[in-house]
Amino acid sequence: MPQLASDHTASPLIFESGQDGRANRYFGAEEPLKKYLPATALRDDLPIPDNSEMDVVRHYTRLSQRTFGIDVGFYPLGSCTMKYNPRVNDAMASLPALRDLHPYTPDALAQGALRIMYELERSLCSLFGMAAFSLNPAAGAHAELAALLIAKAYFKDRGETHRDKVIVPDTAHGTNPASAAMVGFKVISLKSDKRGRVSVDEIKKHLGPDTAVCMMTNPNTLGLFEDHVHEITKAVHEAGGLCYYDGANANALMGNARPGDMGFDLMHLNLHKTFTIPHGGGGAGAGPLGVAKHLMDFLPTPYVRKKDDSFSLDFDVPKSIGPMRSFWSNFAHVVRALAYIYANGADGLTKVSQLAVLNANYLRVKIREFLETPYDEICRHEFVASAQELKKTTGVRALDIAKALLDRGYMAPTIYFPLIVPECLMIEPTETESKETLDGFVDALRDIVETAKREPEKILAAPETTVVGRLDETRAARQPDLRWRANSAS
Amino acid sequence: MYTPHTKTDIAQMLQAIGVDSLDALLPVPDAVKLREKLEVVPALPESEIVRRFEELARENAGASFVSFLGAGSYRHYAPPAITALAMRGEFLTAYTPYQAEVSQGYLQAIYEWQTYICLLTGMDIANASVYDGATALAEAAIMAINANGRQKLLVSRAIHPNYRAVLKTYCNGLDVQIDELPVAPDGTTDLSELSRRVASKEYACVAIQSPNFFGVIDTPDSAAKAALKESGTVLVGVVAEALSLGALQTPAQWGAEIVVGEAQSFGVPVAYGGPYVGFIASTTEHLRRIPGRLAGKTVDANGREGYVLTLQAREQHIRRERATSNICTNQAHCALIATIYLALVGKTGLRDIAAANLRRARELAAAVSAIDGCSLQFTAPYFNEIVVDVHQPAKHVLEKLEQRGILGGVDLGRYYPEYADCILMAATEMTTTADIDKLAKALRESVHAPARV
Repeated sequence: MPQLASDHTASPLIFESGQDGRANRYFGAEEPLKKYLPATALRDDLPIPDNSEMDVVRHYTRLSQRTFGIDVGFYPLGSCTMKYNPRVNDAMASLPALRDLHPYTPDALAQGALRIMYELERSLCSLFGMAAFSLNPAAGAHAELAALLIAKAYFKDRGETHRDKVIVPDTAHGTNPASAAMVGFKVISLKSDKRGRVSVDEIKKHLGPDTAVCMMTNPNTLGLFEDHVHEITKAVHEAGGLCYYDGANANALMGNARPGDMGFDLMHLNLHKTFTIPHGGGGAGAGPLGVAKHLMDFLPTPYVRKKDDSFSLDFDVPKSIGPMRSFWSNFAHVVRALAYIYANGADGLTKVSQLAVLNANYLRVKIREFLETPYDEICRHEFVASAQELKKTTGVRALDIAKALLDRGYMAPTIYFPLIVPECLMIEPTETESKETLDGFVDALRDIVETAKREPEKILAAPETTVVGRLDETRAARQPDLRWRANSAS
Repeated sequence: MYTPHTKTDIAQMLQAIGVDSLDALLPVPDAVKLREKLEVVPALPESEIVRRFEELARENAGASFVSFLGAGSYRHYAPPAITALAMRGEFLTAYTPYQAEVSQGYLQAIYEWQTYICLLTGMDIANASVYDGATALAEAAIMAINANGRQKLLVSRAIHPNYRAVLKTYCNGLDVQIDELPVAPDGTTDLSELSRRVASKEYACVAIQSPNFFGVIDTPDSAAKAALKESGTVLVGVVAEALSLGALQTPAQWGAEIVVGEAQSFGVPVAYGGPYVGFIASTTEHLRRIPGRLAGKTVDANGREGYVLTLQAREQHIRRERATSNICTNQAHCALIATIYLALVGKTGLRDIAAANLRRARELAAAVSAIDGCSLQFTAPYFNEIVVDVHQPAKHVLEKLEQRGILGGVDLGRYYPEYADCILMAATEMTTTADIDKLAKALRESVHAPARV
């Protein structure tokens, strides 16, 4: 069983060690700054510590040991697609001529980089049925923002500025409504039906001349395929609106079905989910934005063009919303994603989704032996279980199960949404886990549920083996301590 | 392929589920069935993937040129210890630290990043990073608009043109007007009109970058500071070259309430433009308006100190359409790299490297201005970049330098038509005397030659 360093001693902050002058000479000692600039231009003090390299290495090695990643153990985080990150991807992103290439390198001297961007773009277009992908946005939510800016520009261009409503199902990721609000759209929250899906009748009630965009995730966050997706996108188009596909769950259909064929006009992908970019503790991500042909003129700049066998960055996109970031793309991640596509090819990517779905359904049928699964049908890459019954009889909630899993060496499933399932456990195993790992996880979860029925206090006290116990989040929010201060009491 | 399934596994699992084939698990309605053959790059074994990317890398001739490119992306020395630590699998393959008990290491590193940014900028608080410098500026403008309810922004024209372009993109969605402060002849922001303009109390914020896009140290004078304060306009300080924080006055010293910047210089590779790492720091007053994640210190039931993501009520996954921004995934791993960089170089190292940048840029300036036909465009003090007037279209001179294996800098005409004869050149601690000599020799041969048409 994978274990984190279970040493409960607090790790001192880097600011609490070191001595002035204990410097690492990465660069030769230089003359005083005042030789180059007047004193008025210089800062008074630079209050950061000098530590030896060995102390720094020990410090961050220790912090890494107090951190759980996929390399440590199973990470069944629903809607987040935490699959194995092949090391060859990182090695390719570290090739000196890719890592050290400056973004202002003239196109003619950066043809390899541009070809990499182009090859990824073309592959994504075919895989998802889009006319073009912009690699400009830095993350999925950033691409959502770009997409809604495109929608706004598109309607303005058509003289339809009265279209100001964005429809978002209640199962959607929180970024959807937040992105819509940032662009000044009004958000209409759509209730899911009893089958956990967007209802065609329900959505038709909200459609009209003020409809701008309908945002959908398919399969949705319950892991269910929106089987009426075509009717929905058709109805939205008939009302004059655009359809947006949230690609957070694209791992479930890649190579098997395409958002473009379902009628979506815009979509994003999370390269860091579907295409094996390490999530890095919260980024960097990368969020390519796909568009259908009628929206290509609005793409963010720059866009990669190919003419004969030469590639260039086009900054002159006719009705572009403008750039979304300082430079062209999260290029190192573009490299990783393309390496992953090379490793699989079209057939391999099709298989990836099939095996992700196989793993999810296998877990679902095993877990429903001892936990409710409120939407009990064939799921896609993930499914939702619920601890509602267990809570009624034992007081043990989804959160407690999550913490007890940490004690057993597993990352917890997503438990904070979807909001429509009480005490939910949203489980996504991904295709890179073996049957043995899944069986081990089922045994651990079964043990937790059985223990909860016998001795609930044991589960309520979890986690116990981790370096800290459950933390006081209320105190963190009420008395914010967001930085170290010299001579502070802490 | 990175799937562990054997045929036997698949058969057993299908049987447990009660279906007879993988296809039965993926029913797709007829109307949306995949009918096209997929066209993606061909499948290759790993050894061939490496060969393919090495081939692609060789097509980037510019990567091995002597380079004076900067303009918001800088080649600095990165100690190998950074990679050894940051690429540890526990860090690299972690998700956002929602389960705090098994993420203490990462959360502590984020808390340390927040602290480093506060110490470097002189501000009270900092967030756990944003995408990059440009998006940080756009998010800061939104913070200022939310703080005082005003709908106009005043932005120096000496701010990185890409940052201003991104700000404009973000403002497309809102009813916000952006006005610009012009550039003075010495390369600083022209502040002569500032007092009059902010007195109208229409501006949510004024944004100034230092060192600015031209490398010039550009800080508001006391009259400007007083006018901003008087009018309740938020001063946003922009830092595109974070290394300057090792030497120059802090944005807090020049009166900024919000400081945004790009920390790529702290060990993050230039990587053809990304990923980089932005930061936002501010006074405590703006705490609940700051976008993105924050790590905070607290205690567990046994009184042990620990860290959690906090003040999440501001964030999109709780507040949905009423969140302070839509940021979800940000730049945690790049922020980790920068944190480790700062820990390794420390105060002494950061000062030394800043001094080296100052010195190299002065050597570059001396060498270039000694050439007939080249002169420095601006006179104000500068950090590690200079603007060189070559008295003919910069584009032509840069092409000639390329033929000699040199990337001479950024053609300023790309962003400022009035400076079409100017090149923005950067020097860092990586720039050697031999590089400068090579550039000087090539420039001497290039600026005198008749311009190619």
